[in-house]
Amino acid sequence: MGAHHGPAKGMSRWLLTTNHKDIGTMYLWFSFAMFILGGAFAMVIRAELFQPGMQLVEPGFFNQMTTLHGLVMVFGAIMPSFVGLANWMIPMMIGAPDMALPRMNNWSFWILPPSFLMLASTLFMEGGAPAFGWTFYAPLSTTYAPPSVTFFIFAIHILGVSSIMGSINIIATVMNMRAPGMSYMKMPLFVWTWLITAFLLVAVMPVLAGAVTMMLMDIHFGTSFFSAAGGGDPVLFQHVFWFFGHPEVYIIILPAFGVVSQIIPAFSRKPLFGYASMVYATASIALLSFIVWAHHMYTVGMPVAGELFFMYATMLIAVPTGVKVFNWITTMWRGALSFETPMLFCLGFLVLFTLGGFTGLMLSIAPADFQYHDTYFVVAHFHYVMVAGAVFSMTAAVYYWIPKWTGRMYSESMGRIHFWVSFIGFNIAFFPQHFVGLAGMPRRIPDYSLQFADFNMMSSIGAFIYGASQLLFLYNVIVTIVAGEKVGEDKIWDGAEGLEWTVPCPAPYHTFEVPPKIDAVSAHA
Amino acid sequence: MFRLSQHPTIDTASKLVAVSIAMFAFVFVVMVPLYNVLCDALGINGKTSDEAYIAISTEVDVSRAITVQFVTSNNNEMPWGFKPSVPMMTVNPGAANDTVFLAANGTNEAMVAQAIPSISPSRAAEYFHKTECFCFNQQPLDANSSTQMPLQFIVDQALPRDIKTITLSYTLFDVTGMVADKKVAAR
Repeated sequence: MGAHHGPAKGMSRWLLTTNHKDIGTMYLWFSFAMFILGGAFAMVIRAELFQPGMQLVEPGFFNQMTTLHGLVMVFGAIMPSFVGLANWMIPMMIGAPDMALPRMNNWSFWILPPSFLMLASTLFMEGGAPAFGWTFYAPLSTTYAPPSVTFFIFAIHILGVSSIMGSINIIATVMNMRAPGMSYMKMPLFVWTWLITAFLLVAVMPVLAGAVTMMLMDIHFGTSFFSAAGGGDPVLFQHVFWFFGHPEVYIIILPAFGVVSQIIPAFSRKPLFGYASMVYATASIALLSFIVWAHHMYTVGMPVAGELFFMYATMLIAVPTGVKVFNWITTMWRGALSFETPMLFCLGFLVLFTLGGFTGLMLSIAPADFQYHDTYFVVAHFHYVMVAGAVFSMTAAVYYWIPKWTGRMYSESMGRIHFWVSFIGFNIAFFPQHFVGLAGMPRRIPDYSLQFADFNMMSSIGAFIYGASQLLFLYNVIVTIVAGEKVGEDKIWDGAEGLEWTVPCPAPYHTFEVPPKIDAVSAHA
Repeated sequence: MFRLSQHPTIDTASKLVAVSIAMFAFVFVVMVPLYNVLCDALGINGKTSDEAYIAISTEVDVSRAITVQFVTSNNNEMPWGFKPSVPMMTVNPGAANDTVFLAANGTNEAMVAQAIPSISPSRAAEYFHKTECFCFNQQPLDANSSTQMPLQFIVDQALPRDIKTITLSYTLFDVTGMVADKKVAAR
């Protein structure tokens, strides 16, 4: 197919496509499928925890569920969803005709489904799926791992390669494909946050690959990186893992910051407050993420000087994050606010992410962390930042841009119901986990003491509500695509700014084959 | 600026590929050795030196006595019997002390063991010197036999005065299947 034709017909369109919009769409659907799969695992966990005692599943299977839930949600749902969003939006936001490396783009998507197929297939293998938690600490993941761990390692290698290729593509696009006049400091904040995220990915995904490679060598080739018997050290695993793992959590949340920074100004009908400070805050968060990893491992027996360093460095991150939160609030100050579904999800994000940030500050206090470590307080904390942070903002992004993608309007009333059911379900599910965690309920255990029963039942009910609300979301998206009301204008939201609103709805297969003129209006502010 | 290709996109992409390969290598050639070097140099993580200590001073600090406790455990399914001959000793800093640990292989096969030490509190690790230790080498033992494994140590005179008890813990690993005689990078 030549560059000036529409999409090819049939399956080959999707298999062979190099079009950023097609690839973005595939990423989004794939990540939603993984979101449902990971959600199903979560439902098994919450069903088992509905009542104390052993109810539905074996403890070993419960461990497989917690492990796969974490892996699928982090690597299969959240990360690819934002890559999909980047594919769709970055070229349209910077006035580029496509991604810089379209063939690699195709490849970086298409190696993902086999990777997760392999990961999911471990469920049916002898010895079961990996059951050592998503952080796969050695020696649980080496000496005591089921045989399927080798498939897990290979799956991590493949998805790592996919992420690195996707990131290289994003950086190459942003650095080389901007329309004339689109200077760095005119780029929409979503592009900025993704540019910084992509650098983080290129820096730390190879570290993850290194960690699993060392596991592979310990298991199969007789090395002793993590085995004390041969002169290695299991604590080394935690250092390597979290050197990847901490930047990873910012990889997940920074694009979410970008989305919120697009949507809040649109529904406040004001430019984003403090654009430049937002850019610098994002970069500071990214840089600080490399020197705080050991706050995940205060209890391994670090010297006091180490604990203090990591404690203060971690607390320092609250400063640029606070800058962002205050900028969003100030953007809304005296704005002409309206509360359509994307804005509702962004406001939900703002409130709940800030709560998750506060519990993060509590956890950063080394002496207090000895009490919180590996309890449900930690589970509550990271679900507030991962679900209410990343997933809420991703949902907001879908509602915000779906009229541009499909040329059809979603059902606003169904969207609002989705928001309120999600918001209430989420808080019923995760707020009580703070209390049981502070009272000492450990994470990753299928049974618990009787005094935690009420809060756990509440938590399970909330999780079922939240899970069900995602099916409503799926229904709403499908109805929008097949029967949504057609939108007539290019700029659906009257307060929205940016180049993506200058192209027709739905966005044509090819956009900006002639670079657009950048003026003050079409830039971020 | 340094360019890898005339084409700007290929140039950017090539540099980023180089960065990701460098980061992969960084794990193996920087992080792992650096971790071991730092743990050794700072005596953190309860690690003691893997080299026999050459005593410099023979001056004994009789003004205080330190309790040294011995703890043993077997890793995983290691079937040997393994215990200290005495559960604890009271020693003066600077004095050389001898003790033995008892090991028994009750199985019907010859096996090789490796003992891995750890000091608690970890601050004491750099003041606990072993002039001779069975943990410096792998310990082979024939089927149904037992042995006495010697340990000779000196507690440094510079041990902080608030430390009154040091616990030396050994974990015994079965290394029968592993590469023999490789110098263990530990303790």
